[in-house]
Amino acid sequence: MKILVTAKRVEDPESKIKVKPDGSGIVQEGLKYKINPFDEIAVEEGLRLVAKHTGEVVVVSIGGKEVQEQLRHALAMGAHRAVWVNHTGPLDQLGIAGLLQKVAEKEKPDLVVLGKQSIDDDQNQVGQYLAEFLGWSQATFASKVESLESEQEKNKAPALLVAADNKTVRVVREVDNGLTTLECSLPAVVTTDLRLNMPRYASLPGIMKAKSKPIEELTPEKLAVDVTPKIQVLKMSSPPPRKAGIKVPDVAALVDKLRNEAKVV
Amino acid sequence: MPIVLIVAEQQPDGNLRKATLNAITAGRTLAEKAGAEVHVVLLSKDPSKVSEELKGLGVKAVHTAGAPELEHYLAEVYTPVIAGLAQELKADYVGMASTAMSKDLMPRVAARLKAAMASDVMAFNGSGADVTFTRPMWAGNVFAEVKLTTPVKAFTVRATEFPAAQGGLPAAEVKAFTPKLEASKTKFVDFKEVKSARPELTEARVVVSGGRGTKGDFKEIEALADQLGAAVGASRAVCDAGWVPNDLQVGQTGKVVAPQLYIAAGISGAIQHLAGMKSSKTIVAINKDPEAPIFQVADYGLVADLFKVLPELRQALRSLE
Repeated sequence: MKILVTAKRVEDPESKIKVKPDGSGIVQEGLKYKINPFDEIAVEEGLRLVAKHTGEVVVVSIGGKEVQEQLRHALAMGAHRAVWVNHTGPLDQLGIAGLLQKVAEKEKPDLVVLGKQSIDDDQNQVGQYLAEFLGWSQATFASKVESLESEQEKNKAPALLVAADNKTVRVVREVDNGLTTLECSLPAVVTTDLRLNMPRYASLPGIMKAKSKPIEELTPEKLAVDVTPKIQVLKMSSPPPRKAGIKVPDVAALVDKLRNEAKVV
Repeated sequence: MPIVLIVAEQQPDGNLRKATLNAITAGRTLAEKAGAEVHVVLLSKDPSKVSEELKGLGVKAVHTAGAPELEHYLAEVYTPVIAGLAQELKADYVGMASTAMSKDLMPRVAARLKAAMASDVMAFNGSGADVTFTRPMWAGNVFAEVKLTTPVKAFTVRATEFPAAQGGLPAAEVKAFTPKLEASKTKFVDFKEVKSARPELTEARVVVSGGRGTKGDFKEIEALADQLGAAVGASRAVCDAGWVPNDLQVGQTGKVVAPQLYIAAGISGAIQHLAGMKSSKTIVAINKDPEAPIFQVADYGLVADLFKVLPELRQALRSLE
């Protein structure tokens, strides 16, 4: 099988995000960057699928040369090779999906697995746009029935179940009030939810090997995609702060506040 | 006149998903600013019951499509039907409440319509053709004002930011249309419902949530929730550990809630959890660690062991009755 996975470069989810005083963006100084956590789960699922079915995991990222860090990380986890779409400047979800479409048409994977959203834009759109652009089957928010402490997880078994004839994949999806199961014809686009798997750490030999794995460089021009943003961010602001709360000494004081001040019980 | 098309959502049990009512209010807010009228579309195996409910909500028209193929929602089946109607109506905006269904569906509809999309919209600004959208980024740590420059614009709205539309208004015209069905490369296999007698997390007036401090024992959380008629929530850590179903997860990657009262017990308050609950009207935090970040957003903090104080709290609340 050939699996195409994504590795968007995003701010570390634990970092404190602050808006610049002029509202033109966020303060970049002092921030650390990582693979989008949902994409890391996608890389992991890709690796598990090829461990079971044999094949190749190709990782793609879009951005300036700094995104090579995230590609190297995915290669260190075990991805076989990387595609870097070299682009600096603003890019919206339509642009990202347009670029990924061209990469997918070139690579012809059986599956594209990507994070359900990136933790910077929080749009939750690219996988669905991509599936429609390609005319492929889609399954978003892939999850699994077993817990992250199950035997299946310890054995690093893939949660996506590819049929023996390699023609379909079964995906369990997290939806409101439960879990739904879909059967998608391959090729398909799958987006990952948090509970799909626990991504592995990159091992030292993995990191060494990653240094010699190939990264192919492409550009929006080479892929013939117009990436002029259709979503313009006019201004950013900080959410209004909550007014400072108080500590109460005991349950009696809490109930008194809830009843007489907040009037919620 | 420009048209705002709101997609209604039917639950697997056949009832209208309540968040649709909030989306209709959002649609009406947008329509006022854009000088537009609101239409609603419902796809279903049998739209008759829910369309009755929809027509009294102050919208211009309710479009319904009924077909056996529409029984189980699938993005690939619903997309051509909704996009087809939007094209026929020449709708300028297509939107929906932010739910698992809309998150799956709306970007695909937008792609079909070559529309840019804003997710989890909290407010509309400006007027006429210059309407802009306010939406959260970085787990709600940033609010961004965005403009979509495509002719058709798609969006989902955060239901908690808009009141539910009330019924009893003059009945809108209900127009049945023939759905444009396409063969789907995806098959519905099954749906396993997590049944609960408690209210839906995103709709509850009170939410009681437990975190790692529960050590997986949710009995006290559930007892308090049941006494208050509340929904039960959880932090990501306890969902990941498999202690409670992921369906209960409150946070950036789970459900976004904004109840009148949110009680967080044994939750430290990771950024991603705060993003899902900090719009709650009153927040109570109970945690043994006085330094836990949850206390920074709490109106009332109690530094204590939840297993000791939750029974006391239940007792004290009972004596109020």
